[in-house]
Amino acid sequence: MKTYQEITITPINNVDSRAVKTGAWRTWRPVLIPEKCIHCYKCWKVCPDVAISVESPEEKSLPVWDYDYCKGCGLCAFECPKDAIEMQREVDQ
Amino acid sequence: MAKLTIPKEEIMSPGHMGCQGCGATMAMRYALKALGKKTMISVPACCWAIIPGAWPNTCMQIPMQYTAFEVTGASISGIRAALDSQGMQDVNVVGWAGDGGTVDIGIQALSGMIERGHNVIYICYDNEAYMNTGIQRSGSTPYGAWTTTTPVGTTEYWEEGQKKNLMEIVVAHRLPYAATASVAYPEDFIKKLNKCLEIPGPKFFQVYAPCPTGWKSSPELSMDLARKAVTTRAFPIYEVEHGKYKINRKPEKTPLSEYLMLQGRFKHLPEKEVEFLDAHYEKEWKALLKLEEMTQDESLGNFM
Repeated sequence: MKTYQEITITPINNVDSRAVKTGAWRTWRPVLIPEKCIHCYKCWKVCPDVAISVESPEEKSLPVWDYDYCKGCGLCAFECPKDAIEMQREVDQ
Repeated sequence: MAKLTIPKEEIMSPGHMGCQGCGATMAMRYALKALGKKTMISVPACCWAIIPGAWPNTCMQIPMQYTAFEVTGASISGIRAALDSQGMQDVNVVGWAGDGGTVDIGIQALSGMIERGHNVIYICYDNEAYMNTGIQRSGSTPYGAWTTTTPVGTTEYWEEGQKKNLMEIVVAHRLPYAATASVAYPEDFIKKLNKCLEIPGPKFFQVYAPCPTGWKSSPELSMDLARKAVTTRAFPIYEVEHGKYKINRKPEKTPLSEYLMLQGRFKHLPEKEVEFLDAHYEKEWKALLKLEEMTQDESLGNFM
């Protein structure tokens, strides 16, 4: 137990939110159809959850979803100009 | 040649508490990409007070301070003064408030901050109601919208006032730079932020951030709604640099009902009300075009 002299005056948040796996919120899972992808990276650009990463755009790498954090909002699938992202219903594990 | 149109670096971590399809988190992500890691941010009570996460988690990789609802402007003035006295001029100080905390509660602190001329950036993300506390109407709520305090029923009606024109209030202070932006145009938003970093003095942004929860819209439509708000003239994208207006997007007009009927908060509106709202937006748009034309006059010089 810390005394009042030892604790900071205001609480400080210093743990990165990656500790919170918001992927558990998801009902619909975005799945990429690689043949249709034209590497425009619009999905990466729109993702509000920073759950899509692009390794190297110069070498036309495919966008990668981090399903630990993807909340399944469907923005990527909606914005995709080639309909290369399919929203699939999550099945109970 | 595949190329990213916005900076690759992510300063916001995943795992935050934003709703699915949240426009405010998109706005923050884009803003941080432009501002970089040498940034301090002050946030009053608003959605963004919740989004970084419950203690001890935070999705921000930069210093962020929580402040009271009405003092965002005063808070960033103080941070700026403290940094300046320590000789840290290269740190960007940003105030990040919602529309309620800007147009209603925080407007005097904002006004004071601009008047004193601190070198700070104030960003208001506009989701058109007090979304964090449960969708109560704010000064920024547009005409016709349903909120929990303007319920639609047999005895009560929708929001009856027009959206407060915050930009004109801010521009009346004659500050060096003010702009509206939208999450639908991240490149435009980032370009404007990069530009304003070069300008000393107070800077102001109003960013349109759709809220699927409060607007009763589908989460995947967030960006589409923001885009439609620009094309239907409901939320024009423009900047005011030293008093000179410049409209950044002049798209073809699309029917307003296409934008309204995607949102549950406008579903009840009869056709004549949609027409009334359309006429109002058209009038505002014409006034804006005139302002742009008028302020191009070289003899006016710079306001500030």
